[in-house]
Amino acid sequence: MPPAVVLVTGVSRWLGGALAAELAADPSIERVLGVDTVPPGPEALRRLGRTEFVRADIRNPLIGKVIAAAGVDTVVHMNISSTPGGSGGRTSMKELNVIGTMQLLAACQRAPSVARLVLKSTSAVYGASPRDPAVFTEQMQARRVPGGGFAKDSLDIEGYVRSFARRRPEVGVAVLRFTNFIGPRIDSLLTGFLRMPVVPTALGFDARVQLLHEDDAVAVLVKAATGDFAGTVNVGAEGTVLLSQAIRRLGRVPLPLPEQAMAPLGRLTRQARITDYSPEQLRFLNFGRVVDTRVLREEFGYTPRYTTAQALSDYGTTVVPVVDRGVVGSVVDSAEATVGRLAAAWGSLAATTRRPSAAPDLRAVRDA
Amino acid sequence: MPEARVIRLHPDGPEEPVEPPAAEPGWEDQVAGGLEFLRRRLTGEYETDEFGFDPDLADHLLMPVLRPLFQKWFRVETQGLANIPDVGGALVVANHSGTIPLDALMTTVALHDDHPASRRFRLLGADLVFQFPFIGAMARKLGSTLACNEDAERLLTEGELVGVFPEGFKGIGKSFSERYTLQRFGRGGFVTAALRTGAPIVPCAIVGAEEIYPMIGNAKTAARILGLPYLPITPTFPLLGPLGLVPLPSKWFIAFGTPIETAHYGPGAADDPMLVFNLTDQVRETIQQSLYQLLLQRRSVFS
Repeated sequence: MPPAVVLVTGVSRWLGGALAAELAADPSIERVLGVDTVPPGPEALRRLGRTEFVRADIRNPLIGKVIAAAGVDTVVHMNISSTPGGSGGRTSMKELNVIGTMQLLAACQRAPSVARLVLKSTSAVYGASPRDPAVFTEQMQARRVPGGGFAKDSLDIEGYVRSFARRRPEVGVAVLRFTNFIGPRIDSLLTGFLRMPVVPTALGFDARVQLLHEDDAVAVLVKAATGDFAGTVNVGAEGTVLLSQAIRRLGRVPLPLPEQAMAPLGRLTRQARITDYSPEQLRFLNFGRVVDTRVLREEFGYTPRYTTAQALSDYGTTVVPVVDRGVVGSVVDSAEATVGRLAAAWGSLAATTRRPSAAPDLRAVRDA
Repeated sequence: MPEARVIRLHPDGPEEPVEPPAAEPGWEDQVAGGLEFLRRRLTGEYETDEFGFDPDLADHLLMPVLRPLFQKWFRVETQGLANIPDVGGALVVANHSGTIPLDALMTTVALHDDHPASRRFRLLGADLVFQFPFIGAMARKLGSTLACNEDAERLLTEGELVGVFPEGFKGIGKSFSERYTLQRFGRGGFVTAALRTGAPIVPCAIVGAEEIYPMIGNAKTAARILGLPYLPITPTFPLLGPLGLVPLPSKWFIAFGTPIETAHYGPGAADDPMLVFNLTDQVRETIQQSLYQLLLQRRSVFS
């Protein structure tokens, strides 16, 4: 049974807006409510269609009135900030993430109409350390519990959602642990990071990176909001790339720096508003993280259309390469041609200097 | 008109012209191959797997570096390669020695170069390996991953040939006086991984690695400061500085024994600690026995 009234938090971000637009395009859904503290931009507003925008802060009990008045039956919680820069510092980021989720869940618990809750979580809850297994399944936990930042917030949020599910067992709760998003339109940690012409990396480390294309992310969210899957599922594309490989494929210039220099550089680029990465994201960029997607394919019932490599190359269409593939190709080609000429010259030189040894029974006859 | 007739220039020569033996690729082909490799590396056009294994780098850079060491320096002789299946998962369990895990690298070369199916050897390494910059990243690119049951079972299920050294640092960092005596075999985690996946266990004995860096002392305080499990003192290191890093050219033997089948126990047997202990002991005894046999066959350390 399709949901009647869907509430999407964080609708002013790209992914929230894309989900609301998809849901609004589905005529079987009665109403789509989008909640955020800032109104969506003009371009996003056009896309949102019949979505009703509610300017509200989920940290405020007002959100409960919105849910009760509209008779919301499906809540998609996506208003979780991954970077302190975008939400006015770490303190307010934590408040938005943790207190906001608590308020939203409190409101959901009070509203008898709510029958389904979808949480946009992250695979960052598995942490990233050299002691981790290569591939995480949903049952595994972080070997080294993330100490702070986005990953810690996400762990706390998942904890609150689990206790909500215990208190309202009739509500179907789906927790989606997404890998890193990438694509031409979305704004994520990696898109900002890889857009820099010179990409700083930690010297001597190379992370395994699993991505998810923005279209697949939206499709999974739509399926989670309209379907009946309950439980936790890892959402990531098939295959992985190494961070160094991704940098090379996009034609960026890697800048390996000693590990100790990465954190100060992160603070510097955050202040300069170039890109924003925190210590726990640095650990991800050192060791990487891969999740098992069997549950996604077999139980949730969705196979991402893009593999990690395809998602990366689709994103690559929007960045101008610094190291152009054609230039590399022509340089290698001309080097190969030079080697070929040298080899031919060497061969002919060797042939003239070496006396041909005549067969014993045959005598060379010189004409004239 | 008389029929055309072939008159052999060499009447006593062979009937069919013999194909010249496949020539070694000329230097120009090697340079061209190197340039192609460079092109792939610069544009990122190569495949890596979820464990970080980079076959392109392993085959074209790491193997060529290790091969002279394997062929010329240690003159490794492999025995019992028929015990390694051509396809499908198997768990190779070997003794560990030599201060630096060269035995793992040489076994990788042995299985890739000498085995008819050119098997890739996926090693399981201690977590310490993956903490260090360069070493950790390189280990992953060469195909190793963390020694934990999750990774071992995933690799075995995918039909990979997995290698494990259950002695760990106890084996590799033991003193020269204890050479060729097996240390404790961890907690038998490798046996549970094999039981859960039904993969056969192939015991493997490596002789020769004990003598490459004879460890006569352990600088414990310095090791603690550097966060290492041991810091070896050998007759040449640190006395001769970097020259002391050159391994002694001992003659090596790598022998793969008869596989111990685990499939008939069923996956539930992994929860039976007594069976796990017994199998661990069986593997350990087998390796110790074949070590003694190889040592008896060996004429001297260096020939």
